[in-house]
Amino acid sequence: MLEIRQLKKKYNAGPLALQGVDLKVKKGEIIALIGPSGAGKSTLIRCINRLVEPTSGEILFHGVDICKLGTKDLRATRKKVGMIFQEYALVERLSVMENILSGRLGYVGFWKSARRKFPAKDIQEALELLDKVGLSGYANTRADQLSGGQRQRVGICRALLQSPDLLLIDEPTASLDPKTGRQIMRLIVELVQERGLAAIINIHEVNFAEMFSERVVGLRDGLIVYDKPAGNLDSSSLTTIYGEEDWEATMPKLDSEDESCEEVSS
Amino acid sequence: MPVLTRGDGPLWTSRDPREARNRFLKWLFGLVVFFIAFRFIAQETMWEFVADAPFQAADFISRMFPPDFGYTARVLPSLLDTMNLAIFGTFVAVVISVPLAILAAKNTSPHQLVRLVALAIIVTTRSVTSLIWALLLVQIVGPGLFAGMLAIAVRGIGMISKLFYEAIEEIDQEPIEAIKSTGASTAQVFLYGYVPQLMPTFVGVTVMRWEINIRESTIIGIVGGGGIGFLLNSAINRLRWDQVIVILFTILVTVFVAEWISAKAREAVL
Repeated sequence: MLEIRQLKKKYNAGPLALQGVDLKVKKGEIIALIGPSGAGKSTLIRCINRLVEPTSGEILFHGVDICKLGTKDLRATRKKVGMIFQEYALVERLSVMENILSGRLGYVGFWKSARRKFPAKDIQEALELLDKVGLSGYANTRADQLSGGQRQRVGICRALLQSPDLLLIDEPTASLDPKTGRQIMRLIVELVQERGLAAIINIHEVNFAEMFSERVVGLRDGLIVYDKPAGNLDSSSLTTIYGEEDWEATMPKLDSEDESCEEVSS
Repeated sequence: MPVLTRGDGPLWTSRDPREARNRFLKWLFGLVVFFIAFRFIAQETMWEFVADAPFQAADFISRMFPPDFGYTARVLPSLLDTMNLAIFGTFVAVVISVPLAILAAKNTSPHQLVRLVALAIIVTTRSVTSLIWALLLVQIVGPGLFAGMLAIAVRGIGMISKLFYEAIEEIDQEPIEAIKSTGASTAQVFLYGYVPQLMPTFVGVTVMRWEINIRESTIIGIVGGGGIGFLLNSAINRLRWDQVIVILFTILVTVFVAEWISAKAREAVL
């Protein structure tokens, strides 16, 4: 469904952030994108919905090159690509419901959205989603009243309400404590699988990548240096992705994570 | 901070000798200028009048009492004019400032050239006080409330749009990205991303400007902008100090009330 060919991005000041990335994503596939800070993970997923303009290359989404789309077609494509952010990116002064319903903005006209007149079906679905992420009763709470985990749940609802085919998820757990982070990852994966969506998850925690994804892709200095099904990361592949480090010392921890992974999937 | 080497080991001083001398000369120069200016002002002052000041002040105040409370009947309608001046002036300024600020902010301006024009307008309207704008506009549209209102509005545009566009530039970009990524149109991104974030600043700035404008519109009357300032000017010209004090007291109360309202409004919106 998504095919990236020779994607390059050069920021005004600085070297190539992406130096020719090739990546194919199948329908319903959950990919974890790992790599050191500055490897281009964020740039890569932001190129896919063109929050960052790619310098060259092709991004085929359902066979259409996103890079070549005009404003109107780009909006139509963005509707089908949801995004979840590290810092949740909620509009603080709006209510939870308004934040979630903003996921439908692409489907609703300007004046209707100005008067907050969303179709009953959207509202119904928003409430069901809120219930599913455990925030029923929070519809009218202002977003700035919520905790980090709650905010990320709202962010998830907003992205899902778009009824996307593909989710771009940028470091969903980096601002959360380990327990909440785990719960959020589990929730995301559950919802994504339930709907048969494809997802690209940028993530720092290697354990989470192995636990929650089906395929792990490693990015280093703007190039893909690793691409294998989950569960194959060893110290040599970590060295390839992140560079030299005493990986063995933390390996036992990785194994124990694998067990809990089976626990989750069973 | 130089460390000097002398016969008996290193010596630290906060400035090296040359810098110290330069600083001394600058201070000396400043002192000389001060004394020349002081002499000039002293020569141009009639010291007999200054010596007379306490007596004059007492006399002046005694002539304000008893205040001419009957004059209140004329003051209040003028006060209403002044309030209208401030409210409409602020309203016009805000209506023009919102689009102007959007064009002037780095992150929302459609083009660098448009931005420069918008910034030029903002700087020009802000560069001159409303009193001088009123003087000019009275020549163009004739004396009266309309000239006063325009003066308040023009000056307001410069002050309000500067604060507005700075607020727009300091906005948190992540929610904007999030709204964009839902496929929302540019107008919708404004509505859901920008407006909620900017609302507190917009309301706060507008109310504060309204409060300032009430004070400014009292003065504007003096140069022909209409309102309570016009009465004040005429009372002073007629040496009716008992009326002057009534007007001054009314202005004082009005400003107090305006400040109270503006503080309450800002509290409410945060």
